[in-house]
Amino acid sequence: MSDTPLLDVRGLTTHYVSARGTRVTRAVEDVSFTLRDGETLGIVGESGSGKSTLALSLLRLLPPAARIVAGAVRFEGEDLLNKPESEMRRIRGKRIAMILQDPMASLNPLFTVGDQVGEPLRVHEGATRRGAWNRARELLGAVRISAPAARVRNYPHELSGGMRQRIVGAIAISCGPRVLIADEPTTSLDVTIQAQYLSLLRELQRAQGLAMIFITHNLGIVARMCDAVAVMYAGRIVEAGPVRRIFGAPQHPYTRALIESIPRLGEANGRLTAIEGQPPDPAALPTGCAFHPRCPQRLERCATEVPHDTAIATDHRTACWLHP
Amino acid sequence: MNASRAAVLAFPGRLASFRREGWPMVPITILAVIALLAIFADVIAPHDPQVGLLGERFRPPAWQQGGSAAHLLGTDHVGRDVLSRLIFGARVSMVVGFTAVIFAGVVGTVLGILAGYLGGWVDQVIMRVTDAWLALPALTFAIFLAAIVGPSEMNIVIILGIVYWTRYARVVRGEVLSLKERDYVRLAIVAGCSKRTIMRRHILPNVVNSAIVLATLMLGVVIVTEAALSFLGVGVPPPKPAWGLMLADGKKGLMAGYWWLTVLPGVCIMLMVLSANLLGDWLRVKLDPQLRQL
Amino acid sequence: MTPLLEARGLVKHFPVRSGLFGGSQKVVRAVDDVSFMIEPGTTLGLVGESGCGKTTTAKLVLLLEKPTGGEIRFDGESLATLDADGLRRYRKSVQAVFQDPFASLSPRMRVGSIIAEPLVTNERLSAAELGTRLRKVLDLVGLPARSAQLFPHEFSGGQRQRIAIARALTLSPRLIVLDEPVSALDVSIRAQILNLLRDLQRELGLAYLFIAHDLAAVAHMSQVIAVMYLGRVVETGDARTLVSRPRHPYTQALFAAALPSHPDDSRDEIVLAGDVPSPLDPPSGCRFHTRCPKVMAHCSVDEPKLACVDGRDVACHLYDPE
Repeated sequence: MSDTPLLDVRGLTTHYVSARGTRVTRAVEDVSFTLRDGETLGIVGESGSGKSTLALSLLRLLPPAARIVAGAVRFEGEDLLNKPESEMRRIRGKRIAMILQDPMASLNPLFTVGDQVGEPLRVHEGATRRGAWNRARELLGAVRISAPAARVRNYPHELSGGMRQRIVGAIAISCGPRVLIADEPTTSLDVTIQAQYLSLLRELQRAQGLAMIFITHNLGIVARMCDAVAVMYAGRIVEAGPVRRIFGAPQHPYTRALIESIPRLGEANGRLTAIEGQPPDPAALPTGCAFHPRCPQRLERCATEVPHDTAIATDHRTACWLHP
Repeated sequence: MNASRAAVLAFPGRLASFRREGWPMVPITILAVIALLAIFADVIAPHDPQVGLLGERFRPPAWQQGGSAAHLLGTDHVGRDVLSRLIFGARVSMVVGFTAVIFAGVVGTVLGILAGYLGGWVDQVIMRVTDAWLALPALTFAIFLAAIVGPSEMNIVIILGIVYWTRYARVVRGEVLSLKERDYVRLAIVAGCSKRTIMRRHILPNVVNSAIVLATLMLGVVIVTEAALSFLGVGVPPPKPAWGLMLADGKKGLMAGYWWLTVLPGVCIMLMVLSANLLGDWLRVKLDPQLRQL
Repeated sequence: MTPLLEARGLVKHFPVRSGLFGGSQKVVRAVDDVSFMIEPGTTLGLVGESGCGKTTTAKLVLLLEKPTGGEIRFDGESLATLDADGLRRYRKSVQAVFQDPFASLSPRMRVGSIIAEPLVTNERLSAAELGTRLRKVLDLVGLPARSAQLFPHEFSGGQRQRIAIARALTLSPRLIVLDEPVSALDVSIRAQILNLLRDLQRELGLAYLFIAHDLAAVAHMSQVIAVMYLGRVVETGDARTLVSRPRHPYTQALFAAALPSHPDDSRDEIVLAGDVPSPLDPPSGCRFHTRCPKVMAHCSVDEPKLACVDGRDVACHLYDPE
């Protein structure tokens, strides 16, 4: 494994601008992180944290109202933000793949499963229709769908939610990408189906040597699936590091409060530690550290100065004035 | 900075802002002008619309040869001032238009809510009636009714209301069917509210938007129908000026080259209907609950 | 002590018209012979995945649907025999909070009117009394009194859920049905609302029917848990012991599948095969037998009944007395 990270994001900043140019929403602000080969990174955040915008920014799939105003996204050493759209098209789906939350919205109801799973192969690898169809059958088997030869002819609405999400997964891995970005892939799935799906993703990762980025609000997914985690709040990364370290000794008050506020199975039913207030509106962020109005340990400077990244240990950093 | 990076970081959608975000000024202005003309017709119109000077027949508009400043838009076949008739005609169109639209709207919305919320046989009956009604071509139906009850302004309003309520009923019923499943309706049932209360308090305010949008769109249809009825002689009875009637009268003079007798009222009808449609379109987008302000 | 609410053999089938002339009447067996009890001041947690019938059960308890069979008793009185007065009394005693804070509040009504609606519908109060009750209930849920003047869209998701809870409290109910009350809220807000619900339960002696797919949240809030699968209750018992020692294979798989709260939380990986079958055509015998890792020969033939095993009710042939 080389030392150059597979994906190296530096200072990524994405803003949404309203039609008249009056309102600027700082969706993603100065975000930096790295992803190594075969690693699974979790990006955790609530609504308004900017995590979905971040995912879209990586692949430059933003809506017209959004623009990347600064930063670099280095994939295998090359900055994706510098590339022309034609090159990006060759990267999306082939070298970096993405799975979204709602499988029904990700699949076209008018085409068969076989057509859709085979599409990336036809587009990126010039496969013939028959060749793609056969590969599709194999891929459905790889995502553990039973009777793939029959499923290949089905339409999305004929299959269950769990199966649809697997099909989306099959489409994603069809061209053997190096990175898989999954944006809330299991939010719409039942508990046991989710467990199946996550174990499938783990298996695929091992088999294909995939690096994964999990974008989620669910710390449980991070605990189960991820090696490293970055916690986002109001567009910034407030803490990042190896999963065990972050769960064991969180340094940022938000991370700590988040972990403590989640009920744990099998623990005494004491009162949960709640965070007061609510997540901020990204279009009207508080000054200084965006978390300061809700922070139980806020200092004076938190209201005026935005904290910078401080290294707590190798690989573990946080942006908080408690650690200047 | 290379071209691609600049493109990525640049301002998208410059072209998208050429339409002002805000009110659609053109249709609103036109409708406002027509409304003002209608309201202040007595004061604005230079002549009595119903009295003509036979000596002044077929005067062309002021900018043409033979025209005079006394009759800016010319006169018709009995010497009545076209401008004044157009102004007073605005009153007829507006009154008939709005009243009919409101009448049809109220009837249609109420029936749509009842059909949608109560379901069962109420729904069946109302829907069958609506289907049957819709199967009849509106204009023919209107003419038929007008021929039976005789033309008068009041009758026309009622007829138009009767003909067009079904459009509302259909649309409103569809919305009510989906509103019925909303959590706040379920919670109202859980709170013990009667069906009548729920329809009044929770369903009605939430369908009013659609009804209003539909009303603006129907305004155009109603005015054209009224014009058609007048044109055919079963609408607002002469000598009251109505644009459709002016069209009918004017067609006699078309061959002789008296173009202003048909073109001018036709332009008025077109402007009013077009404005109503544009306004309705804009309202539909504006009031769409999907585009929530949060 | 009479249980506050008791469901006995509840059945709810939805007919599905199939074929042009309604030939074979297919039926969705949403709820099939479900029984449970809720003691006053306690929480019964209902867990299960899609198609298990928990939402339909909630609707039956709220009288939003009529049962096809079985009965519900409230304070010992059967709901089927209620007259108009009895119905009104029931509605005052049983209220609800639903999942979506955005769809639960009528968008064009002021918050004050929304909260007061149950009061206004069921009691004759003067404007002053109404105002007092309104202020009291807003205070109970931690919202400022001036909230009453505002519209729902001016509030965040968590605050709207508080408004929904306030509304449910106005009639001083004895039971509140909570259908996924925190699933649509941000993670950092959930603890606030769960704490609020617990506090209210203690202060007001409320009973809850708590339905959620988040097992940890249900376990945290409930004294008793009932696990449903395809319209039937497969296991029910004391929350703490059920979580630590589940007996039914489905319950075991469910809790094993629940996401850990810490990377070190080890859990036996029980990954179930296949998808949840459709309630239109449930498997014969024990409905879980098609996915059960401990399936035996006669599981596909005989339907197991809920039987008491060591203080817990389980419907599974593994525990059949030999």
